[in-house]
Amino acid sequence: MTSINDILETVKDPEVPVLSILDLGVVRGTEVNGDQVKVVITPTYTGCPAMDMIEANIRKALKVAGYQDITVETILSPPWTTDWLSEAGKEKLRAYGIAPPVGGSEDKSVLWAEDKVIPCPHCDSLETTKISEFGSTACKALYRCKSCLEPFDYFKCH
Amino acid sequence: MRQSLLTYTLSLGDNSMILGQRLGEWCGHGPILEVDMALTNISLDLFGQARSYMQYAAEVEGKDRTEDDMAFLRDAREFRNVLLVEQDNGDFAHTIVRQFFFDAYHQLFLKALCESADERLSAIAQKSLKEVNYHLRFSSEWTIRLGDGTEESHQRMQAAVEALWPYTGELCTSTALDIEMADLGIGVDVAELKAAYDQRIAEVLKEATLTIPESGWQQTGGKEGKHTEQLGFILTELQWMQRAYPGQKW
Ligand SMILES: [Zn+2]
Repeated sequence: MTSINDILETVKDPEVPVLSILDLGVVRGTEVNGDQVKVVITPTYTGCPAMDMIEANIRKALKVAGYQDITVETILSPPWTTDWLSEAGKEKLRAYGIAPPVGGSEDKSVLWAEDKVIPCPHCDSLETTKISEFGSTACKALYRCKSCLEPFDYFKCH
Repeated sequence: MRQSLLTYTLSLGDNSMILGQRLGEWCGHGPILEVDMALTNISLDLFGQARSYMQYAAEVEGKDRTEDDMAFLRDAREFRNVLLVEQDNGDFAHTIVRQFFFDAYHQLFLKALCESADERLSAIAQKSLKEVNYHLRFSSEWTIRLGDGTEESHQRMQAAVEALWPYTGELCTSTALDIEMADLGIGVDVAELKAAYDQRIAEVLKEATLTIPESGWQQTGGKEGKHTEQLGFILTELQWMQRAYPGQKW
């Protein structure tokens, strides 16, 4: 039987399909016991509409791999932060045209302080500007590059 | 104790859900696309939080009700949200001021709830706080931008501040239930948040060149299930599907 991580690697984030749920860091643990398997996941955002779909896709992938007794448990604590994104995940984001989070999640700049410099994922220019704190999904902000003039999503620190 | 925890948890879910529903009304009507997206994203966060609370409430109750029953099959009198969150969207100024007044409270409340002896509520608070930090930043920035903006935006913001001010007193007024839950180490005695709340409001309104109204009559009652007429209209829309087609599934 394929390893549990190999199976979970095939389950993608429905909103950012280049990322597996392992890259995304939402898998908190797995337990395998014969044909029984338990996967513990945590949501990126409480309102993330992808979580139900991720759970269904985990079940499907495990079922196809031959597991019969599948439990998917959702926990909230400790809360997911962008620190849980793997380095490989960040690189995949950039290649996909989404700027990965800059800096750690203990982000003191969230209130009041100056915005951070977010490099353009298309041309690496540092001349970028924030258009909106909230982008195409709850986990992203919308930016524009002043050099190549392209808009892009920024996976914001959280 | 179980009944108290149930009511308390539902009241937290109700705050998030009712405000989320209000913000959802902006979908497709925002003044600019980015704001439309922001308001609906904030709405989505709030619904996510409401869902976490209501799932927990259903478990605490331990009967057959689910999170959906909590959201769609309770009547107005059973809702325990503060009156502020059910108030009309009004113009964009009203929506922003309502949001700022609530976010400032919400952030302080969640910080305190993170320390709850109830692990589940603490976990929900930790998760929600990260989102609410962004909400507060958004609503504070817009409060300042519009308050210290044009003559018209300033006027509209001041009108909104005055219209909504009477609904802020309830936020930091503890009910018997608040105190009971605080004594158990589970909930928050919100009266203790008042000084910090007033300070945050004063700071931002000052920067926004807006005037805080003379403290006058403050409306209360939402936390005991006594609502303004607004809530009925919200529930009519929110619950329509389950009321018209009981048991309907997605
Ligand atoms: Zn660029």
